[in-house]
Amino acid sequence: MSTSRSFDQWRGWLYVAPTLLFVGVFVVIPFGQLIVMSMTDRSLLGGGKFIGFSNYVRIWNDSGFWGALLFTVKYTIVLTPILMILGFALALLTADNTPLKRLTRTIIFLPVVIGLSSSSLLWFWLFDEQVGLLNKLLVDLRVIAQPMVWFASADLAFWAVVISITWKVVGFGMVLFIAAIQSIDREILEAAVIDGAGYWKRAFLIIVPLSRRIILLATLVSAIGSMLAFDQFYIMTSGGPRGQTFTAVYWIYQNSFVSFRLGYGAALSIVLTLIIFVFSTLQIGLTARSEAQ
Amino acid sequence: MTSAALAPEAHTVATRRAVSPGTYGIVAISIAVIAIMAAPIVLSALASIKTAADASAIPPHYLPRELSFENYAKVFQFQAGLATYVANSALVAAMTIAACLALAAPTGYGLARFAMRGKEIAFLILLAPIMIPYQAILTPLYLDFAKFGLVNTHLGLAIVHTILQLPFSIFLMRASFEAIPREIEEAAVVDGCSTWQRLTRIFLPLAVPGLVTVALFAFINSWNEFLAALIFMNRNTSFTVPILLVSVRAGKFGAVDWGALQASVIVSIIPCLAVYLALQRYYISGLLSGAVK
Repeated sequence: MSTSRSFDQWRGWLYVAPTLLFVGVFVVIPFGQLIVMSMTDRSLLGGGKFIGFSNYVRIWNDSGFWGALLFTVKYTIVLTPILMILGFALALLTADNTPLKRLTRTIIFLPVVIGLSSSSLLWFWLFDEQVGLLNKLLVDLRVIAQPMVWFASADLAFWAVVISITWKVVGFGMVLFIAAIQSIDREILEAAVIDGAGYWKRAFLIIVPLSRRIILLATLVSAIGSMLAFDQFYIMTSGGPRGQTFTAVYWIYQNSFVSFRLGYGAALSIVLTLIIFVFSTLQIGLTARSEAQ
Repeated sequence: MTSAALAPEAHTVATRRAVSPGTYGIVAISIAVIAIMAAPIVLSALASIKTAADASAIPPHYLPRELSFENYAKVFQFQAGLATYVANSALVAAMTIAACLALAAPTGYGLARFAMRGKEIAFLILLAPIMIPYQAILTPLYLDFAKFGLVNTHLGLAIVHTILQLPFSIFLMRASFEAIPREIEEAAVVDGCSTWQRLTRIFLPLAVPGLVTVALFAFINSWNEFLAALIFMNRNTSFTVPILLVSVRAGKFGAVDWGALQASVIVSIIPCLAVYLALQRYYISGLLSGAVK
C-alpha cells in the first residue's frame, strides 16, 4: 500500500466528500444564515433589516426566555439524578444473565424505543383527572382521596412530565450501566467476597467507582437531552399553566413558528447553541479520551 | 452485547448467593418492576380495544367491558386516513435509512482506511451536527426548503432526519471498518482491487452488522421524530404518525376521543417494538458503541 500513499491522500477525501457537502449545505450554511438572521428584524412578513445586536440585548431583558431557561435547567437538574440513580439500581438488579433478569431488562428498555410523542400522549391519558387510570389506581390504593388535576398546577405538571420521562428513558442509563458492570473483572468482585465485603459494600466501593466514566457519559448524554426538551412539554403541558412550563426550545419554537419573530428566534437559537456547546464539548472530550485508552 | 451469555465463571458470585433468602426478594422486585414498566403500554392497548363509549367512561375501568375495534376503525379514517400517515412516516424513514447508509458507509471507510492530509478539518465539519443542535437551525432550513419546494415533502423531512442521524452513523461505520483486519484488505490490494472494489466487495459484506445497526437507529429515530415533522409537515395530507397523534387528540370540537387516541398510540409504537424485539442485539450494541466508546 505504501506505493499508493500519496494517491491515498486525496482518495480518502473522495469518500468523505459527499458527507462534507451534505453537512456543509444542510448544517453549516444554515447555521451561517442563522447568525446573519439573528442580527435582523426578520419576520414572516418580511423585514430583514440589519439591526446589529439588538436582538441579543432584547434577550437580556426577556424574562420569558430566562424563565424558560431556568425551568429547563431545573428540569435537567431534577431529572438527571433520578434517571442515573434509578438506572444504576435497575442495572444492579438485572446485570446477571438469568432468564428472569433478561426479561426484566427487555421490558424496562421497551419504552426507550417508542416515540416521545407516543409516550407523552399515553401518559397524558393516564394522568387525566377524568379518564386517567393512574388517578384511578392512586384512588383505589387510597394514596389520594380523589383524582388529581395534574396539569392545572405548574408543580404537578412538572412532576407528571418527570414521571413519564423517567418511565420512558430509565432503560437507557440501565443498559449502559449493565455493560459497565459486566465489564468489571469478576476476580475483583470475588476477592471482595472472600474478604467479607457484603453486596452493598461491593456495589458502592467497587462497582460504582469502576463505572464512573460511563456514569459521567450517561449523565452528559441525558443532560443534553433534557436541556433540549420539547416534545413532552408541548404535548403534555402546552407550556401551561400560565406559561410556567415552557422549556428553552419551546420558547424558541413559540417565537419562531408561532409568533414568527424569525430574527429574534434566531438570536435565541444562537444562545441555546452556545449553552449546548459547553455540554457537547465535554461529551466529545470524554469520548475521544476513552477512544485513546 | 448485554444479551450475550457471559462465560460460566462469571456466575460464581451469583451462584454463591443463589440460595440466600435475598433471591426471593430479587424475584419479587423484578416482577414488580416488570409490572410497573409494562402497565402503561398494556393499559393503553386494552383501552384501544374498548368501545368508544367505554374508553371515555368516567370513572374509567381498567379492563374493556367488551372487545371492539371501533377506535381503530376511526383512526383508519381519520382525516386523510391512517394509511396515508403510515406511508408518509415509512417513506421518510426509508429515505433517511438510504441517505444515512449512502453517506456514512463511504465516509466511515475514508476515515478508517486512508491517511488524509488535513483530516482534522474533515472531522471538524463532521462534528458540526453534534455541536449545533438541529433544533437551532430549523428556521433557516425551513426558509431554504420553502424556496426549493421541499416543505411538506418526504425528501425535505428525510434530509432533516439524516442530519440528526449522521454523526452516529458515521461513527459506527468507521468503528466497524476499523475492526476489519488489515490482512484481509492487503490480500485484496495484491489481487489488484481498486479502493472502491475493496469497499463494496470486502468492507461492506464484513460490516453488515454495522449497516443493520445504522439502518435500525435511522428507522426508529426518524419514525419517532416530532419537532421537525411538526414544523415541516404542516398540511394534513403530509403529517407523519407523531403529528397524527397530536391531531387525533385535538379531535373535533375540543373533546378528546380517548379511545381513538390510544388506538393511534398503539399503532405508532408497534413498528418500534417489533423492530426492536427482532433486532435487539444490534440495537443494544449500537447504543453502547454510540454512547460509550
